[in-house]
Amino acid sequence: MTPSEIDTIIQRYEGKQSQILAILQDIQAKEKYLPREILQEVSQKTNIPLSHIFRLATFYNALSIKPRGRHKIDVCLGTACHVRGGDRIMNRLERYLGITKGETTKDKKFTLESVRCVGCCSLGPVVVIDGNVFGRLTQDKVIGLLKEFK
Amino acid sequence: MRIQSKEDLEKLRNKGLKNLFPMKIKISVGMATCGLSTGAGKVYEAINKEVEKGKLPIIVNQTGCIGFCQKEPLVDIFEQRKPRIFYQGVTPERASELIYQWLDHKIVRDLLFFKMESEDWVVEGKKWDYNIECLPNGIDGTPYYHQVPFYNKQLKIALRNCGYINPDHIEEYIARGGYFSLFKALFEMKPEEIIEEIKQSGLRGRGGAGFPTGNKWESCRKSKGSKKFVLCNADEGDPGAYMDRSILEGDPHSVIEGMIIGAYAIGAQEGFIYVRDEYPLAIQKLKIAIQQAQEYGLLGENILGSGFSFNINLFRGGGAFVCGESTALMASIEGKAGEPRAKHIHTTESGLMDKPSNLNNVETWNNVPVILSRGSDWYSKIGTERSKGTKVFSVVGKVNNTGLVEVPMGITLREIVYDIGGGIPGGKKFKAVQTGGPSGGCIPESLLDLPVDFDRLTEVGSMMGSGGMIVMDESTCMVDVAKYFMNFLKDESCGKCTTCREGTKRMHEILTEISEGRGKPEHIQLLEELGWVTAEASLCALGGTAPNPVLSTIRYFRQEYEEHILNKRCPAKVCRPLLRYRILPEVCTMCGRCAKVCPEKAISGKTKTKKERGIPFKIDEQKCIKCGMCFDTCKFEAIEVD
Repeated sequence: MTPSEIDTIIQRYEGKQSQILAILQDIQAKEKYLPREILQEVSQKTNIPLSHIFRLATFYNALSIKPRGRHKIDVCLGTACHVRGGDRIMNRLERYLGITKGETTKDKKFTLESVRCVGCCSLGPVVVIDGNVFGRLTQDKVIGLLKEFK
Repeated sequence: MRIQSKEDLEKLRNKGLKNLFPMKIKISVGMATCGLSTGAGKVYEAINKEVEKGKLPIIVNQTGCIGFCQKEPLVDIFEQRKPRIFYQGVTPERASELIYQWLDHKIVRDLLFFKMESEDWVVEGKKWDYNIECLPNGIDGTPYYHQVPFYNKQLKIALRNCGYINPDHIEEYIARGGYFSLFKALFEMKPEEIIEEIKQSGLRGRGGAGFPTGNKWESCRKSKGSKKFVLCNADEGDPGAYMDRSILEGDPHSVIEGMIIGAYAIGAQEGFIYVRDEYPLAIQKLKIAIQQAQEYGLLGENILGSGFSFNINLFRGGGAFVCGESTALMASIEGKAGEPRAKHIHTTESGLMDKPSNLNNVETWNNVPVILSRGSDWYSKIGTERSKGTKVFSVVGKVNNTGLVEVPMGITLREIVYDIGGGIPGGKKFKAVQTGGPSGGCIPESLLDLPVDFDRLTEVGSMMGSGGMIVMDESTCMVDVAKYFMNFLKDESCGKCTTCREGTKRMHEILTEISEGRGKPEHIQLLEELGWVTAEASLCALGGTAPNPVLSTIRYFRQEYEEHILNKRCPAKVCRPLLRYRILPEVCTMCGRCAKVCPEKAISGKTKTKKERGIPFKIDEQKCIKCGMCFDTCKFEAIEVD
């Protein structure tokens, strides 16, 4: 992300300190996570202490300061998915990818995370890959899904 | 174009009516998130392609969710003088069949779900009749909408427009009576009268706690200060509840209209909708709706020429459950971490940016236009003595019919689970229904005849919450459910109060011990004690209600806890460390499927073929990780779990 791109995002919210969450979300939408250098720049440009920005970046689940892979897998661990075997899907993915929740595969292809309900409870268990929701999954089906992502 | 008068609004209504009921055939695809995740997007494309290819006189339309998520993708066809018909489970491959059969006055029998002869317009208390004159061939015997058991007992107020209108077209919302209540409020009622009407209606906050809405508005109106805010809580964090998502995706204007009316009654100039970042489609629909409302002069300066000015900002949440709490939500909008504060001073006096602020949930705002239009007398006749109106529940989990269900308050749990939900799949036994999300509890079978309202649910140790209703059967372990919620809460506790931060963590630890076979008899009492302290000594409702999942399961399912602790057994066969998988050699057909799916290669044996006799399969317990893949795969019930 270039300095001018960062400026554009900050300008979008008129540099308002109260809009810092939105600024961080927009940066993350582009970078997939929040790189330290960019946060430093945001801090300077908005006059918000870096410590506060880090506090927000670690407080909100949607934000990540760890680099992520090309594809983000979010396993839904809402209640409806849980009773229909959501954690089994998670375990299966952890074993298959050889990583645990929150980690990224060595080839930087997949990042495995969990999400607290995406509101598709009727279709549980559900997994979201790069923003696309896949429902009615089984341990088998979910592995088949991954093969479509390069 | 800015709407200046009631005539302008009527003009738009006529435009909307032409959209809703065109002279051409109209095919609508339900494209809310639940529909999209089952392939509604591809179905929409396929129908579009087919129509373009054949240059057919058909309008292809998008709509929200009509509630029966399990049957998605849902497609409906409207044509003048014919019944409106709904297809279920449509796939792109069948798009052309669907279209051409209809053009041929026929229907696709195996996909047909129900037909409709009229639709209810609840805002004005009218029925829109389709004036059926001809029936497509083969439609006899198909149930009408009200005959489908899932819809039979429902009364749709909050979900009035979901699945009927295109949420991107404000005219369609207006056509079904939308924004007429705003007109009434601004030109025919004083702010105090509106508040009185809401008070009389008995509307209580749909976000969970059930605080009387009118009283909240009144205290915010009476608070001193020239600048005031109204806020909409769309941070639907309760896992298992998604009615707010559905309303925002299918009928965003209903919330906006409610907020404008509320702002006028309270005297607020600015509004915020705090919406979950996990709901990208809802955000998109809201953006469009807000922009349209601004263009038509329904938001902004001098609304409809009344002299009243109000605007709405959209704020995306950051994925923190605690931000559903009013003070945490406001802190979040101010650009701080979403931590609650003590409420010695109510937010209606000093909330967002220390200004008087009135926060209501999506469903609450959405009810407001209907109440103003139909009157509090009508509204307060629905429901129970102290809980008026309807409530939307998401009936999910181990139940046959899953989806969004809107019922009058006071209906029993049994009616919801069995009559609407169609009972438990696979002939299994009902065990409990969980309401209220992480703040609620599990209600056992003995209380199934409980009338559902705010107070009765609280009496039995659960709560209404935002309306999640997760049905559990005999294969759901109650210790595991309690552990699940404690895990959720320990992660989501903001950490401000020691009791909540540590209490949820310790409770989770103890429950983990129990579920892994290290439970001790004194653990149950310890859990009860910890629960009590957490509830009493935490600042906000997250901590205050956090022990409910533990306490309610101990209260109603103590035996199951004891089974785990004393006999090291999980009766529901869920807690993995307590399980043992075994293949019954006399039942094993030697098909070898289990060995194929076993990720640890822990199953050995020899597949039976025409030439070879085969050896029954066996699980190596040392290697078994108890993932349950073999159990799920075996078609012959040859695998036993202890």
